[in-house]
Amino acid sequence: MFPLILSNLSVRRHGKTVLGPIDLVIDQGGPTMVIGPNGSGKTTLLRVMHGIEHISEGTVDWAQPDHANHAYVFQSPVVLRRTVAENLSYPLSLINLPKLEINAAVEYWIERIGLGKVANRSATRLSGGERQKLAIARALIRNPEVLFLDEPCSNLDGQSTREIETLLLETATAGTRVIMATHDMGQARRLAADVIFMKSGRIAETGLAPDVFDAPQTPDLQAFLKGDILE
Amino acid sequence: MNDITQGLLAALRLILTFDAELWEISLRSLKVSLTAVIIASAVAMPFGAFLAVKRFKYRRLVISIMNALMGLPPVVVGLIFYILLSRSGPFGVFGLLFTPWAMIIVQIVIITPIIASISHQATRELWAEYHDLLISLNTSKWQRIKTLIWDGRRNLLTAGLAGFGRAIGEVGAIMIVGGNIEHATRVLTTAIALETGKGDFALALGLGFVLIGLALFVNISIHWLSRTEREGRW
Ligand SMILES: Nc1ncnc2c1ncn2[C@@H]1O[C@H](COP(=O)(O)OP(=O)(O)OP(=O)(O)O)[C@@H](O)[C@H]1O
Ligand SMILES: [Mg+2]
Repeated sequence: MFPLILSNLSVRRHGKTVLGPIDLVIDQGGPTMVIGPNGSGKTTLLRVMHGIEHISEGTVDWAQPDHANHAYVFQSPVVLRRTVAENLSYPLSLINLPKLEINAAVEYWIERIGLGKVANRSATRLSGGERQKLAIARALIRNPEVLFLDEPCSNLDGQSTREIETLLLETATAGTRVIMATHDMGQARRLAADVIFMKSGRIAETGLAPDVFDAPQTPDLQAFLKGDILE
Repeated sequence: MNDITQGLLAALRLILTFDAELWEISLRSLKVSLTAVIIASAVAMPFGAFLAVKRFKYRRLVISIMNALMGLPPVVVGLIFYILLSRSGPFGVFGLLFTPWAMIIVQIVIITPIIASISHQATRELWAEYHDLLISLNTSKWQRIKTLIWDGRRNLLTAGLAGFGRAIGEVGAIMIVGGNIEHATRVLTTAIALETGKGDFALALGLGFVLIGLALFVNISIHWLSRTEREGRW
């Protein structure tokens, strides 16, 4: 799968460059946290890596191209108008897994995210935190090699955030490459092995978490970490 | 006013005495229109979902044509199929003219655009919601269509019911291709037209009330069925 190489990559929309030009290599390891102000291109970068965003210029190369082995959790979680259990079984039913295996996986994940009691209730009735956990479990149920998450904890309280962070750390330990955008610098410090700092559609700084947080090189990142508002 | 009271009484008498002819034509009405709705839905619902999911060059044109076809005058449809199905016409060999199948065919033609258009509307909204997830999961076109149809099934039911209402109330086209033949192609609407022509307003009105009752009954039972499902699992 890795390394993932983005070279000279740009995304333009309506004549405006929203991302790039970007050159970036992502290798084994992680979790990687993508940070940066609103509109800096975090979402666009994740979508480009996942292969669901149209590229205007440049290339995205996986060492071993296999799109089916990525999963993506969206900034506002998409919930299918089905039961909680059916939301979880959906990605597996698409690849025609035997019924018994699907049921076993659903049972495992539904307990793991603590939604066993509402398995047969409509997922559209879940709370924000429950929806987000459901979306993450649904992304993980195919056992992806790479998991992209776009601000999975925005709007969640401390308890839900802690549960999701624990789940993500366990996922990373189990060998899934986690790449995640976040607004929450506390969360970035708790989870990150390395960091990508975005500003105005470009990668302004990257590095290992301790270096980036304790000794930021660029004035922009220094200001961002202090909580200043960037121009 | 007197006529209406008479009509209600006639309807009651026909129903309470289990009038054999009333049963026959009511059942035929139901059978013809339900068959038409099922066949039309099998085509129109996937087509509506397909239009929601797939971007192609003449998509807007196709949608405009579909919407325009909703306004197709039934009498003209009847006339065209009369010509097509008559002995000397291109499909004459099948001997379908003046059979219930001829009526089913014209009803299918009349209601397919309606069902397709409402289905398209419903699945398009769902697609906006699901788009990112289904793309991310690498689904095939057909998987997307199936997902939208299944998850949008309650709105699609409304589309089917709209088609059913149009079909069971239609008279012009089925009169032409069915011929309103006793014990063969007579249905509620054509019987009403006949009795009105003969001046038997009471019987005509009686049949009219049965027709309304039947349409209501089908609507209510289907809504009730979908509600039971909602309460059980939703
Ligand atoms: N389809 C599009 N058309 C036009 N502009 C777009 C489109 N998608 C994204 N943009 C623009 O691209 C820029 C980057 O957006 P993006 O969503 O990647 O930022 P972000 O860092 O994820 O922001 P946030 O923190 O608010 O989620 C923004 O200025 C946005 O308005
Ligand atoms: Mg974003």
